[in-house]
Amino acid sequence: MRLEAREVSFRYGDGKRKVLDRVSLTVESEERIGLIAPSGFGKTTLLKLLAGYERPNSGEVLLDGRPLTAYKGYCPVQMVWQHPELSVNPRRRLKTVLLEADWEKEAKDRARIEKELGILEEWKERYPAEVSGGELQRFCIARALGQRTRIFLADEITTMLDLVTQGELWNFLLGELKRRRIGLVAVSHSPELLEKVCSRIVRLD
Amino acid sequence: MEKEILGIEHLSVSFIQYGKGLTKRWLYAVEDLSLLVHAGEIVAVVGSSGSGKSLLAHAVMGLLPYNGRMEGKIWFDGEPLTQKRAAKLRGRELFLVPQNVSYLDPLMRVGEQVMGKRPSPSLRDTCRKVFAGYGLDAQVGEKYPFQLSGGMIRRILISTAVMGTPKLVIADEPTPGLHPEAARRVMGHFKELAAAGAGVLLITHDLELALMTADRVAVLYGGRMIEEAPASVFTDETNLTHAYTRALCRSMPKNWDADGERLCDTGDILLYMRKEYGR
Repeated sequence: MRLEAREVSFRYGDGKRKVLDRVSLTVESEERIGLIAPSGFGKTTLLKLLAGYERPNSGEVLLDGRPLTAYKGYCPVQMVWQHPELSVNPRRRLKTVLLEADWEKEAKDRARIEKELGILEEWKERYPAEVSGGELQRFCIARALGQRTRIFLADEITTMLDLVTQGELWNFLLGELKRRRIGLVAVSHSPELLEKVCSRIVRLD
Repeated sequence: MEKEILGIEHLSVSFIQYGKGLTKRWLYAVEDLSLLVHAGEIVAVVGSSGSGKSLLAHAVMGLLPYNGRMEGKIWFDGEPLTQKRAAKLRGRELFLVPQNVSYLDPLMRVGEQVMGKRPSPSLRDTCRKVFAGYGLDAQVGEKYPFQLSGGMIRRILISTAVMGTPKLVIADEPTPGLHPEAARRVMGHFKELAAAGAGVLLITHDLELALMTADRVAVLYGGRMIEEAPASVFTDETNLTHAYTRALCRSMPKNWDADGERLCDTGDILLYMRKEYGR
């Protein structure tokens, strides 16, 4: 699959400042893109447009040539955010996060992903506030890697985590994305991380 | 060697935790921790969230919450640092650069928060100079915290520490959310403080940043210090003694193996640590 942002521009609300001004980016599944741009460029906004959470004021976001908004049901483009504690419902047990993933009931891959991510059975009964940020981010990643996911968007997903957890998560992700030929667009504060993980670095400025 | 500014001996910090019914127990968040900071030296305390590193800062500053208890000794500038003495020295010789904007009063102009109410003309002058040094306009002092960007808040928080002549500055996670360039600049400010003779205790989860800035690095896990070493020895993991510190070293993206099956070999270290340290 090919996800394409064509000359997208965006401003929040009726804000005066254009966050994005005619930005283009293309990613194929099987491709891993590392996005490097100065602070305040609007990297997160670009990912939100690519994931369909926001619509551009002008320009378009196309998935295999069709507007992303034309796809009904599960969105093949999935995004994971920097702050896992803000991406889950604080009042529901963590097992419900996993149920939001796109799997058939007894899918083997689901169990495999949970195991490889190191998700322990006992964590599933807990609430989000009762696990660490690193443990919670594992749930968010599992949720985004359902069977119909073709493009994975990662917005500083390990910035708040310790190095060892960061290493473990990217170990898993790189293997999983390669095996299932899922495309990646990653934003990170560490250019070294992007260089090791990605097949292509895109500089926007 | 320069004079010892801060000495921490066998420090433990614990909290009351209420269980079922009326049972309660003390939960140890920091256990038997010892550390020295000399004048002109930057010591980094590195640990992931929940390792107790912010509590360490608050214990030194005498800012533990009411249900917290502290054991062990803290020395500051040659004398025991009691709660009372800490309260007296805060804002004069002892400075905390807190984590984030929530430590500022939202209803008070930032200038007042940096200088105090009714500042003297000389203090105003110092403040102007300090702000200018950090690239902040004088008018910034007239604004409220919500009117400023994250980076500006960060610089305001640091400004509070250089208004006096600090002997010890404790910086609690001063950089998250900053891009590398800005983070390096912030670290530059702390290096200047150390060069001017202050001891700096840098508390962070970012090992790479700590190695770039600090003279010595102490690694905390689950409230206990598992290793303390000069920053220079972290270039080679065989210099390090603890399995977790070695895994940390291997986990720095610059040490990752780009072509391999795995990026870095962390083994089962997290499982092992969870078993060993209970978290």
